[in-house]
Amino acid sequence: MSKLIDYTLHLADTALIISHRNSEWCAHGPILEQDIAITNLSLDQLGQARNFYQYAATLINQDNSSTVSEDSLAYLRGEREFKNLLLTELSNGDWAQTVLRQFFFSVYQYLLYEKLQHSNDEQLSAIAAKALKEITYHIKWSGEWVIRLGDGTAESNHRIQKAIEFLWEYTGEFFIAADYELIDVAQLKEPWLKKVKEIFEEATLELPYPVYMHTGGKQSVHTENLGFILAEMQTLQRTYPGLEW
Amino acid sequence: MQVQDLEKIFQEKVDQEIKIEPRDWMPEAYRKTNLRQISQHAHSEVVGMLPEGNWITRAPSLKRKAILIAKVQDEGGHGLYLYSAAETLGMSREQMIDDLLSGKAKYSSIFNYPTLSWADMGAIGWLVDGAAILNQVMLCRTSYGPYSRAMVRICKEESFHQRQGFEALLVLSRGTAEQKAMCQDAINRWWWPSLMMFGPKDSESTNSDQSIKWKIKRKTNDELRQSFVDMIAFQVKVLGMTLPDPHLKWNEERQHYDFGEINWDEFWSVVKGNGPCNKQRLAARRKAHEEGAWVREAAMAYAEKKAAREKQKAA
Repeated sequence: MSKLIDYTLHLADTALIISHRNSEWCAHGPILEQDIAITNLSLDQLGQARNFYQYAATLINQDNSSTVSEDSLAYLRGEREFKNLLLTELSNGDWAQTVLRQFFFSVYQYLLYEKLQHSNDEQLSAIAAKALKEITYHIKWSGEWVIRLGDGTAESNHRIQKAIEFLWEYTGEFFIAADYELIDVAQLKEPWLKKVKEIFEEATLELPYPVYMHTGGKQSVHTENLGFILAEMQTLQRTYPGLEW
Repeated sequence: MQVQDLEKIFQEKVDQEIKIEPRDWMPEAYRKTNLRQISQHAHSEVVGMLPEGNWITRAPSLKRKAILIAKVQDEGGHGLYLYSAAETLGMSREQMIDDLLSGKAKYSSIFNYPTLSWADMGAIGWLVDGAAILNQVMLCRTSYGPYSRAMVRICKEESFHQRQGFEALLVLSRGTAEQKAMCQDAINRWWWPSLMMFGPKDSESTNSDQSIKWKIKRKTNDELRQSFVDMIAFQVKVLGMTLPDPHLKWNEERQHYDFGEINWDEFWSVVKGNGPCNKQRLAARRKAHEEGAWVREAAMAYAEKKAAREKQKAA
């Protein structure tokens, strides 16, 4: 049971943190239509996170008759408890870094949820199946941006190259399973690379040389970014404990 | 046809409640007034995303966070419909945005006030959106077709915004002493600026008469402001809170609430750029615009390349 809880929290935290980062663009996007689009992604991801947190809360409450909720799980756990992927907590950087992060993540999330929808766990399977429709759009949206920036102007090409250099070393973690994971993530690496290569080709971009890959997010050892995200996100719940909002 | 005849036909249409459409003849002043009003309205939606966007990353529960994100996103959508409606009057969105960023075009002064606590999210929904709705319900019947149709869509979403604001305050009003204080403080800060949203008094308003004759507006600033005071004076009792106006009192004879004098010096001062956040709001819009320039250029360059390739393929 505790593995299932950890896994559900890993899925929830990952969706919440990338939603949080994307929501930082709201009202600050490069053009109104894209401001709305990225905010929409953020909302989809928040919806996924809530589904997973609610399920995790049910599991935890069954287990030891405690009374956790989606909010206590999101707002009262600390930096050394969150299990989100490192990639999701990295700062937004410029538009190139944000859309590329989204692309890397969405392709992975799609492959993962595709497996997860056939899981024996009915809840996880249902949440994944529902999310796949949204994620299909996220891949299309972010992939089109990668192509546009790669094959756009010299500046946009330069910026997305820099984003690749920065983000690539956070993608290895996707495929290294934590002991609680229910899906064999190692086997997702090949189809992930294939899709990335396909879009990169169209974008006139090249895959980087193999580099050192960072890990730790799944084990709650994060970058310095997460502490700040949580400090901001959890401020009211921490300042006024136990209240209803 | 003589201009006088065209004007006569135009006014007859307006009188008969026939909508004016982009290709119809219209007096130049009618076009200009609509363009100014609709583009200001669009800018208000977009600048209005900032004060609420300020709390997205700090929303106190996942449900509130989802509602707030959806609401701010709706405002972006409203901005889009309104820019499109304004474009039918012959100005491009780029030009309108340039006018906003240069300070030439105005937006609603209410967004020049800061959002200092979570309760401000509730107060904005309840008071600011509440005031906006009264204006917008009237505008659903405005004489210019594209504006009227945009307003019908917008009004549906706005009433949800107001309800969620009231509901957020209701939770606070039933909470701890700290939450109640937060709620009252937000009402105190947002009440007077909300009353100012209806604009100058009728006796001081320069555009009112003509706008009513052309049915751009159907109610005067003072009429709308009175409806707002009557509505909120009733609703505030449900919250168990008060409005910061010692002169607020039911007038049996008028069947309306009497209320105190607005601080018009403050109103004009904020309009002229001296509100607490005028500079910050414009700076945030400029920053997004400037930092987005290379993104827009890249998208354009790619679209051109793609079109050229397809043309080549076809040839």
